[in-house]
Amino acid sequence: MSAAPFRVETTEGKPRLSFAGPLRTEQAAALWQAAHRARPRGDALLLDAGEVTELDSAGAALLVSLAGDGVEWIEPRAEAARAALARFRQGLGAPRPPAPRNGFRPVSAVGGAVLGTLAAWREKLAFLGETTLAGLRLIPRPWALRWAEVQRHLDEAGTRAVPLCVLLGTLIGVILAFQSSIPMRRFGAEIFIPQLVGISLTRELGPLLGAVILAGRTGSAYAAELGTMRVNEEVDALRIMGLDPVAWLVLPRIVAAMLVMPVIALVMSFTGLIGMAIVMATLGFPPPAVTAQLVQWMDLEDLAGGLGKAAAFGLAIGYIGCRAGLSAGNGPRAVGDAATAAVVGGIIALVVLDGIFAVLFFRLGW
Amino acid sequence: MGAPAGAEAVITAEGVAMRFGARTVFRDVSFSVRRGEVFVILGGSGCGKSTLLKLLIGLHPPSAGRIAVLGAEWGDLGGAARRALLRRIGVMWQSGALLGSLTLAENVMLPIEAHTTLPEEARRLIALSKLGLVGLGDAADRLPAEISGGMMKRAGIARAMALDPEILFLDEPSAGLDPITSAGLDALILSLARQTGTTFVVVTHELQSILAIGDRCIMLDKEAQGLIAEGDPKALRESATHPVVRAFFRREAPAEAGAAGG
Ligand SMILES: Nc1ncnc2c1ncn2[C@@H]1O[C@H](COP(=O)(O)OP(=O)(O)O)[C@@H](O)[C@H]1O
Ligand SMILES: [Mg+2]
Repeated sequence: MSAAPFRVETTEGKPRLSFAGPLRTEQAAALWQAAHRARPRGDALLLDAGEVTELDSAGAALLVSLAGDGVEWIEPRAEAARAALARFRQGLGAPRPPAPRNGFRPVSAVGGAVLGTLAAWREKLAFLGETTLAGLRLIPRPWALRWAEVQRHLDEAGTRAVPLCVLLGTLIGVILAFQSSIPMRRFGAEIFIPQLVGISLTRELGPLLGAVILAGRTGSAYAAELGTMRVNEEVDALRIMGLDPVAWLVLPRIVAAMLVMPVIALVMSFTGLIGMAIVMATLGFPPPAVTAQLVQWMDLEDLAGGLGKAAAFGLAIGYIGCRAGLSAGNGPRAVGDAATAAVVGGIIALVVLDGIFAVLFFRLGW
Repeated sequence: MGAPAGAEAVITAEGVAMRFGARTVFRDVSFSVRRGEVFVILGGSGCGKSTLLKLLIGLHPPSAGRIAVLGAEWGDLGGAARRALLRRIGVMWQSGALLGSLTLAENVMLPIEAHTTLPEEARRLIALSKLGLVGLGDAADRLPAEISGGMMKRAGIARAMALDPEILFLDEPSAGLDPITSAGLDALILSLARQTGTTFVVVTHELQSILAIGDRCIMLDKEAQGLIAEGDPKALRESATHPVVRAFFRREAPAEAGAAGG
């Protein structure tokens, strides 16, 4: 680079900052700090760009940033450089973004937060109301539901989840049976393992683990699908065409989740029992002995309770997934946020619901 | 007006073809773009204008033929040379292609940060100036999700201009813009081309803007799978013989043009 690309001197009692030669991105980047340090304070300054031969946006940015308001200029004599500077100024002369209102205002901050939370709750409540109403309206005329859509979701949420459920169910059965066999053997009580594993699977683990699978596979998919539709203005388009997005998009998904969840729970429990039977066989108990135990100690209420719970889990997961999708913000990031919210919200809802059911079943003496 | 006829060629394409699988989009496309001119690529939708643009900027290699930009072929360039060449061009994508997690100003600052060592203050000043030039000065701190489609296009142009490129590629810049903004954009393109010698390669459908800014144009056609016209738009309007070209420049339906011509 050429020597002394800028000079500071005093002419006629006024400090003068002058540039010469090419002032392009490379020079501007190299000189930026030094030029700003060398700039005399105050507005009594003559900024001399007369000898600048070449100027690009970065060079213009350097000159403009050095000049305050009332600083006197000598424009570049080279025509191209003068035009570049003029264009740069023209761009900056256009309206600027409003300065951010900074300064912490505790009262309005707290007020804003409270109002924001209230509004969010209001919206949640409104969606709950809309969905409930749409669901109730369906009861006298169930054919109004888009069953083809329900079928598609049954396939996606159910059929395609079966391999994963089989895998996880068998594994849980094996692990439960094997782990409990260690302490039970001490008391010679291995024969009670089927009862232990069977009850925990049908009443608790089958529905719960199945629901976690549903939340991860289907809840997030609902949210992403509906979120993308919202971002693409498809939901607004439905509304404008006189179709209720809740009846059109939400109900089929929720119904599918509710129908599919008991089946998933059943698959989980059943494959879990098979896993347990395999472990029992290795411990020397043939399958007939295991079935005899199960028949003796378990009744239909255990299974029915578990399946009822599963349907409630499906309802919650479907509802939360759809709500997360339809309340997504704008842009691709919003879709990801909605999917995350669906999974997290779904799992929290599971925990809460399971607690409620535990108390309920205890009171009912089931 | 326009670039002197003898100006050096900044882009040359020779016998370029592009296929996707068994489908040929175009073949045997040859042309050259001279320094400082506004070069317009025309054609119906789906005829391969965006595809040609992507070949010119080195995003994909052509299925056949050679493309040289500023004296180099993309295929011959290693990492550093490729970066150096990329710094000298700017691209506005058909959809804007702004990053959704960054504000408009940050989007414009992005290429400056990638290619220079300018401090933040300089980058922001440049970004504000570029956004002001496309009429988005007051939207600099908004996110792409908060602005309209036309505004995204203009922000895309501002980002393409961030590094004062020698060649600016614009894919349908005026589609979706109101006529006044569109005319302002044309004026900006002309002033950049005439004052700084920036070369423009513009895909556009706007007849007015083609006639206002275009020094030369080529027209692609889906049926012909290649070029059907090349030359000065004003001359083409007067004397084109190909029915599709005539129809385009005289705003007629092709069938009528064919009947009138025959
Ligand atoms: N990546 C791709 N794979 C397969 N086909 C493509 C691809 N990109 C473009 N095409 C096809 O090439 C043709 C030209 O597309 P495009 O260049 O986008 O047209 P336009 O002239 O409207 O910009 C279209 O028919 C499109 O389907
Ligand atoms: Mg295109």
